[in-house]
Amino acid sequence: MKILVPVKRVIDYNVKPRVKADGTGVDLANVKMSMNPFDEIAVEEAIRLKEKGAASEVVAVSIGVAKAQETLRTALAMGADRAILIQTDDDVEPLGVAKLLAKVQEEEGAGLIILGKQAIDDDSNQTGQMLAALLNLPQGTFASKVEVESDKVNVTREVDGGLETLKLSIPAIITTDLRLNEPRYASLPNIMKAKAKPLATKAPADYGVDIAPRLETLKVVEPPKRSAGIKVADVDELVAKLKALGVAA
Amino acid sequence: MTKTLVWVEHEGGAVKDATLSAVTAAAKLGEVHMLVVGQGVDGVAAEAARIAGVGKVHVADDGAFAHALAENVAPLIVELMGHHDAFVAPATSNGKNVAPRVAALLDVMQISDILSVESEDTFTRPIYAGNAIATVRSKDAKKVITVRGTAFDKASKDSGSGVVEAVNSTGDKGISSFVGAEIVKLERPELTSAKIIVSGGRALKDGETFEATIFPLADKLGAAVGASRAAVDAGYVPNDYQVGQTGKIVAPEVYIAVGISGAIQHLAGMKDSKTIIAINKDEDAPIFQVADIGLVGDLFKVVPELAEKL
Ligand SMILES: Cc1cc2nc3c(=O)[nH]c(=O)nc-3n(C[C@H](O)[C@H](O)[C@H](O)COP(=O)(O)OP(=O)(O)OC[C@H]3O[C@@H](n4cnc5c(N)ncnc54)[C@H](O)[C@@H]3O)c2cc1C
Ligand SMILES: Nc1ncnc2c1ncn2[C@@H]1O[C@H](COP(=O)(O)O)[C@@H](O)[C@H]1O
Repeated sequence: MKILVPVKRVIDYNVKPRVKADGTGVDLANVKMSMNPFDEIAVEEAIRLKEKGAASEVVAVSIGVAKAQETLRTALAMGADRAILIQTDDDVEPLGVAKLLAKVQEEEGAGLIILGKQAIDDDSNQTGQMLAALLNLPQGTFASKVEVESDKVNVTREVDGGLETLKLSIPAIITTDLRLNEPRYASLPNIMKAKAKPLATKAPADYGVDIAPRLETLKVVEPPKRSAGIKVADVDELVAKLKALGVAA
Repeated sequence: MTKTLVWVEHEGGAVKDATLSAVTAAAKLGEVHMLVVGQGVDGVAAEAARIAGVGKVHVADDGAFAHALAENVAPLIVELMGHHDAFVAPATSNGKNVAPRVAALLDVMQISDILSVESEDTFTRPIYAGNAIATVRSKDAKKVITVRGTAFDKASKDSGSGVVEAVNSTGDKGISSFVGAEIVKLERPELTSAKIIVSGGRALKDGETFEATIFPLADKLGAAVGASRAAVDAGYVPNDYQVGQTGKIVAPEVYIAVGISGAIQHLAGMKDSKTIIAINKDEDAPIFQVADIGLVGDLFKVVPELAEKL
């Protein structure tokens, strides 16, 4: 069984995003970029399934600028076997990404496609669900546990009230939540080896799907700022404040 | 005029509050119709019909919908969208699971987690963990929207007079099934609708210490209990306690952060709280930059004393 892992190059999660003064977006010039944290978890899960013998090949896919190659090399260094870059300078929305990925899946015929539950830049949380819809496949979103058993996969999901387990027929779409696993660091020898692994570069036009944006961003602003308040010296003062707020009698 | 179809989030036979915020958002777009999906949901439908401003309440009652499996529910919604202009779901785990599947089937881009309705096609939504707010205009003919509950008032629960109407089931697609669930029974108020929240972080050491320290204070205040990701990951409390970018989004009257440093991913989930109180032994902890009231001190001394003096 093959596993496809879509990975997105995004602002590093440790960087505080800064809104551009002209209100057109977030300033990404000279900002550290990394693999979306949820996608690292997806890569890790795919590799673990391969190590367990449940999968035979792990293919990483990214849609983005030429530099997304670095993100794919990270996936290869972690243990993916090969990579596909669908290179474009345009911002592709989740619907467009899902359409491209659906075409990739038509060629690859993977048993599982494991995505992150959300990209930490657009915070959309939709690509996996959309891909499942387009391919008419079952979806196990927000996964905290994945168990493959022959032609089925059991996915435990993080839901509002706790956890829920679903059984999906394979092929299936999975999106990762934070507690699915702890992604490994790529070792130096593996980073070297990754340089020799195959990375194919394609263009959106190769897939013949319409990826024109449907949403127009009119402006991007900073959220209302909160300023630091006061410090109280001790518990008695805090109790007085809570009483003033009306939350304590 | 826009006709909206609102996903009714329900549990244990009752409409959940998240639905009420979604109704308020939908009402800004136009006519509000509801969709109740599940098994044995007559009571839920009746309750939904009493929400202020609601027109028709479509009810799909079938075993195939018992667990709101997206594979079974999405085709039903797509059918109903033949005569609605917008699908509006609260950004609950069900809403986030189902709505994008509907959007792709309708060939539209979902507008996720909206904070406001600016006009029939223009909305604001948080991006980059709430560090930026984007105003977006949708060019799609039909809209699929998820609503951030904390950004909209709750519609009144018992002044409406909607009309309940059964819809035919689209059946079980047979590609997914429900195996089981571990749902935590809460004795305290629910996080997303609580007026007061006491949250604990990594500093709470372990599950027992978390309980012994945080719960008495929460009980004194009648508060819900939340946690940072670090506390959840370390197993002090279950996953549904997590507040943040990838956990629950909360905006209570008072949020008390105990032994939480204030990482941007945590702030993303609580910085719209009315009053933030932080207790931390490190006076430079970033949480103090957003706290209205800060107390620098050892939580193991301060919190029990606070619980006692309240
Ligand atoms: C993609 C992604 C998503 C994330 N999503 C979330 C999310 O949704 N929610 C979330 O919370 N985090 C999230 N995180 C994690 C986040 O980055 C932080 O790691 C996490 O919030 C830290 O939790 P903490 O504040 O409890 O722990 P720490 O950062 O370790 O802070 C512990 C604090 O306790 C204080 N302390 C220690 N002992 C005492 C004492 N005796 N008395 C008083 N104070 C004490 C310390 O001074 C410190 O400030 C996410 C991370 C990533 C990468
Ligand atoms: N440009 C992209 N290239 C590859 N994968 C992507 C891209 N955009 C989104 N994804 C995948 O879809 C997931 C969810 O993204 P989103 O729906 O944008 O929040 C991510 O975690 C990735 O796994």
